[in-house]
Amino acid sequence: MKIAFSTTGLEMNSPIDPRFGRSEYFIILDEKDNSKQIIDNSAITSVAHGAGPRTAQKIIEAGVGVLITGNGPGNNAARVLNTSGVRILVGAGGMTVDEAYRAYKDNKLKQF
Amino acid sequence: MIIAIASGKGGTGKTTLAVNLSAFLAEKRKVILADLDVEEPNSGIFLKGRQVHSEKICRMIPEWIERTCIMCGKCQELCRFNAVLKIPDRIMLFPELCHSCFACSELCPTSSLPMHGETGGILYHSIISKKLQLVDSHLEIGQVSAVPLISATISYLKGIAASDDLLIFDSPPGTSCPMLEVTKSAEHVILVTEPTPFGFHDLKLAIKTMEKLDKSFSIVLNQAGDEFDSTIIEFCHSANYRIIACIPYMRRAAELYSAGRLLYQEIPVIREALSVIANNLQLA
Repeated sequence: MKIAFSTTGLEMNSPIDPRFGRSEYFIILDEKDNSKQIIDNSAITSVAHGAGPRTAQKIIEAGVGVLITGNGPGNNAARVLNTSGVRILVGAGGMTVDEAYRAYKDNKLKQF
Repeated sequence: MIIAIASGKGGTGKTTLAVNLSAFLAEKRKVILADLDVEEPNSGIFLKGRQVHSEKICRMIPEWIERTCIMCGKCQELCRFNAVLKIPDRIMLFPELCHSCFACSELCPTSSLPMHGETGGILYHSIISKKLQLVDSHLEIGQVSAVPLISATISYLKGIAASDDLLIFDSPPGTSCPMLEVTKSAEHVILVTEPTPFGFHDLKLAIKTMEKLDKSFSIVLNQAGDEFDSTIIEFCHSANYRIIACIPYMRRAAELYSAGRLLYQEIPVIREALSVIANNLQLA
C-alpha cells in the first residue's frame, strides 16, 4: 500500500502540512518495500485556480491508496481522489510525518 | 457616455451614489442605471418601476463526450484555470473554475467537449420614470462567476441605449475581475471612498487599478466629517488625484437609506453634492 503524507519538508521528521491542495511536498511511503518517494508540488504556489484537483491528480497518478493530511481536501479535490478510491485520513496537522504514520498504524486518524 | 461608480472597499456608498445621481440627473436628461454588482444588486430597492423585460443569461461550459474522446489530454494542457482534468480513466470537469474561453472545446481534436449553456443569472429591465431606466442583473444562487453575467448585461445595455443616454454603471466592490469588467468599458470612473483606514487602503488599490487601465477617474469622499478626512484629502492633493465632492456623514442619510428612500430629495446638502459632481463631470 502506498501512503501519501502532505508535508512542508522532505524528511520523515518534517511537519505535516494541514492543507492538501497547496501542500508543497508529499512523501509517499511504499509499505511493500519501505521505500520513500517525494512528490514536489511546489509549483502549485503559482497556480491561482483549481489547486486542489491538480494536486489530487498527482496523488492518483502516483498510485496512492491512502492519503494522510490535516484539514482534508476541498470538494473538487475529493471528487478526483474518490475516482480512484483513495482513502483519505485527516487530523494529522501538528504531527510530523513519522508521528502521523504511527497514528495511522494505531488507527488514531479520522476518516474524511 | 458611460460613467462607472466603483470603490475598492465595500459599503462606501457606491449604490447610494449611483441611485441618487441617476435619479437626480434624470430630472433633466435620459439616464440608464445598470446595477452590475450582480452578487448583491440593491439598486432596485431604491428605484421601483415597471418591469419591461427579463431574460435568463447563460454562461457556456464544456460537456465531455466519453464516446468520442481519445484521452489525448490536450484540453487539460490548454486550460489555464484547471477546469478540465485528465485522470487515468476519464476527463473531469469543474464548471465553477471554467471561464468560458472555449479553448478546450474549439481545440479538441475529436470535438468531444461541446459547449452548452447553463443559467448564470437573470437580467431585469425596468422603466423607473420618464427619463430613467434601470437594468439590474442577479447572479443565480450557487454560481460563482460574476463576469459572464456582467459582460452579457453590458452587451444588452449597448443594445438598448440611445446615443444621448447617459449610462451609469454601479460596480461590484473590490479590484478583481468583476470590477475590471464593469470599469473597462467606462469613459470615466468615480471612486467612492470613506474616511477610514480600510477605505483609504482600498482607495489606493482602486487608483492603482485605474492607472493600470489608463482610465480617467475622480474621487468622491463619502461619509465625510471624520478627522481621517484630511489623510485622504492630503494624499489626493499631493498626487494630483481629483476629489470632485465630499458628502458629509449624516444620521438622516442613514435613516432614509435604511427606509429604501432617495437622499437628495430630502437632504439639500446631498442634492448640492450631486449637482457639483454633475458639473465637474459635465453630465448635466
